[in-house]
Amino acid sequence: MIGSAHRLIYPLAGLCVIVVLWQGYVDLAHVSKIVLPSPMDILRASWQRYDLLLRETVPTALESIYGFALAIVIGIPLAVCVTNSRVLNLALYPILIATQSVPKVAVAPIILVWFGLGMQSKLAIAFLVAFFPIVVDTATGLQATPAGLMELARSLRASRWQTFWKVQFPAALPFMFSGAKVAVTLAVIGAVIGEFVGSVNGLGNLLLSANSQLDGPLAWAALVWLSVLGIVLFLGVALAERILMPWAGSGHH
Amino acid sequence: MQQSTQSAERRPVDAARAFGHFKDVRQEFLLPTHSNFVAIENITFDLKSGSLVSLLGPSGCGKTTFLKIVGGLIRASSGVIEINGEAVDEPHADFGMAFQQPNLMPWRTVLKNVLFPMELRNDTGAHVTRRAKELLKLVGLEGFEAHYPAQLSGGMQQRVALCRALVHEPKLLLMDEPFGALDELTRMEMQDLLLAIRVKTNATIMFVTHSIAEAVYLSDVVVVFSKRPAVIADYIDVALPYPRTAEIRYSVEFTELEHRAGRALGITR
Repeated sequence: MIGSAHRLIYPLAGLCVIVVLWQGYVDLAHVSKIVLPSPMDILRASWQRYDLLLRETVPTALESIYGFALAIVIGIPLAVCVTNSRVLNLALYPILIATQSVPKVAVAPIILVWFGLGMQSKLAIAFLVAFFPIVVDTATGLQATPAGLMELARSLRASRWQTFWKVQFPAALPFMFSGAKVAVTLAVIGAVIGEFVGSVNGLGNLLLSANSQLDGPLAWAALVWLSVLGIVLFLGVALAERILMPWAGSGHH
Repeated sequence: MQQSTQSAERRPVDAARAFGHFKDVRQEFLLPTHSNFVAIENITFDLKSGSLVSLLGPSGCGKTTFLKIVGGLIRASSGVIEINGEAVDEPHADFGMAFQQPNLMPWRTVLKNVLFPMELRNDTGAHVTRRAKELLKLVGLEGFEAHYPAQLSGGMQQRVALCRALVHEPKLLLMDEPFGALDELTRMEMQDLLLAIRVKTNATIMFVTHSIAEAVYLSDVVVVFSKRPAVIADYIDVALPYPRTAEIRYSVEFTELEHRAGRALGITR
């Protein structure tokens, strides 16, 4: 397929140009490795410290995935409640918006006091940041069912339960997935925030300790691994979307 | 139920028995400005069993409102609406509806879209699937059962919607400008398809359109609605022979009927 090849080639070409310019600048201007390591330095660190990076990736990945999964398990039912009950909508929605305006970084130390230095505190922070886009997008999707489909359901005497499960919920799936894509990358950020505030392992922890040891290449390698983790999780959600929504990819022929 | 004996003669309509009865139907809406506006009033006519009746009128005149009242989707402000001797105040299991938009579910395949009404009734045996497939074959969509709506053209989607409206074998088929969004050629194809389907079912059909030619071509009776507030401007018996073919569109009788409908709409003198 020419289309998907193009989508791969252009960003890769862009990345190559940036990497070459970066390498050239660092080599020609003799920038210190502590300030800005060259792409080759970062690559070498990623290669030589492979086992260390992989070991530290595991807890960060798990914190992100669990936090994200919890956000889905709690967020989607909550969105369903909020859209189906006027009372719950009036009672919960403003609170939801209000909690979202609290900066998560500021809450992180408190959560650490509650859950300790282990995985639970990172999971909680990842959950907190991933939760909001899932609730909001699901609620939006459930309220955006095409009027024609609602009328069809009514003309066929569909019960409220049938209307929800067979019409509103599937119609909201594209919204849920766009929320989930945002949420999964936010979950990684949440996990790293947690690790920054206090942790014993994880890529965020490694990044901080490498930085304090003035090991620029390792700190940057941790950064690269973090973004790769984010991309992999994003692709995982995109793959789930293709599997669960096979109709979305089928265009006009 | 009346026998459908489709032959070269005019389709027999049981004049003695009114399937639908509408008397002084009136609908007003309350506007946000707290003033009332009357959409339709004094709508009185009988719907004969097995007939195809078109509601013809200018855009926005209230003919769709009336159709939805008959279908039980809107409660009329006042008046009598009876189908099969029963007052209509909610959608009935014996009704089938086709809308201006196909309203297919993009996440369901063609076959699953057609089966949707049966699924809501928890009636999904093998015979039901067979019936759905027969309908799809009838509208020329054999082999498209596993396609998704996004893979079909507008005309094909509207055919799927037609199958869905027919799958539970409704006694009354309500169609709200179902071919309005199609191009002229597809539209004429769909009109012939509807006439062919009509032969196979015993359904009474009420068909909303703003096309004079479409109304005359399809119907036994054309009920012409005036501009808002809509009243019945004319009630035209279409005495054209069956089966209807493209040639009929160029006959003198056809043109005269078009002319009469045009006069009722205030387009021609």
